[in-house]
Amino acid sequence: MTHETLILSIVLFAIGAVGFVIRRNAIVVLMSVELMLNACNLAFVAFSRQLGDMTGHVYVFMVMTVAAAEAAVGLAIVVLIFRTRRAVNLDEINLLKG
Amino acid sequence: MILAIFFYVFAATAVVFAVGVIASRSPLYSALNLIGCLFAVAALFALQSAQLMAVFQVLVYAGAIMVMILFVIMLLNLTPRELGRAKVNVPKIAGAYCMVAAAVLLVVRLVGRSWLPVPAVDDRFGSIESVGELLYRTYLLPFEMVSLLLLGAIIGAVLLTRKLEGGGS
Repeated sequence: MTHETLILSIVLFAIGAVGFVIRRNAIVVLMSVELMLNACNLAFVAFSRQLGDMTGHVYVFMVMTVAAAEAAVGLAIVVLIFRTRRAVNLDEINLLKG
Repeated sequence: MILAIFFYVFAATAVVFAVGVIASRSPLYSALNLIGCLFAVAALFALQSAQLMAVFQVLVYAGAIMVMILFVIMLLNLTPRELGRAKVNVPKIAGAYCMVAAAVLLVVRLVGRSWLPVPAVDDRFGSIESVGELLYRTYLLPFEMVSLLLLGAIIGAVLLTRKLEGGGS
């Protein structure tokens, strides 16, 4: 079961990574990151079960907390940018380009 | 046997919903697909005897975080013009190709590898009691630091989005 779960984890991570690259909507990009973090959690849980050690569950807990913090700050930035530029398309947010 | 059937059902569900997340035109449908994916992964957590993590996945991830994302999507209420056009260009295709290639490479490396048999675990594995004990005894310092991180995120989010007195932001 560890084997299959790890392969599923890789597949989910790849889907998230592809979404991160091809989508230009800032909110969808944030959701792709959530997808990748979720795939990591799946791998942690699978290894935890394989080794019979619950430390992986603690890691999952920490990753979930970081994901919550990331979503909160990321969405705050999206709202702020939308308020000033009326756009959430990452192609149009290029103020930092020299 | 029954576990394997459940695994494949939930794995297929997770992959289908995950593809839905990145393929949907509207961010609202993306978010709803992501909720489905998170539920399927929660079921997979439970199959790996991580009951507490499955509960957290549904409560925190599919509950709190996704409500926040949906709230922002509905708050912004984007028009099709503001959503912008999906542009396909070379860097995007190259990036997607690199991600898929890396994943295929990893899967190829994994296939045919043998694992030690999964050890039998008792009911305490992954229960609230045992994970809590680990969290509050062995990992107390990381736990407290993560609470500080959350506090910082709250303050940061409030500072970023508040409107200053007298216009401007």
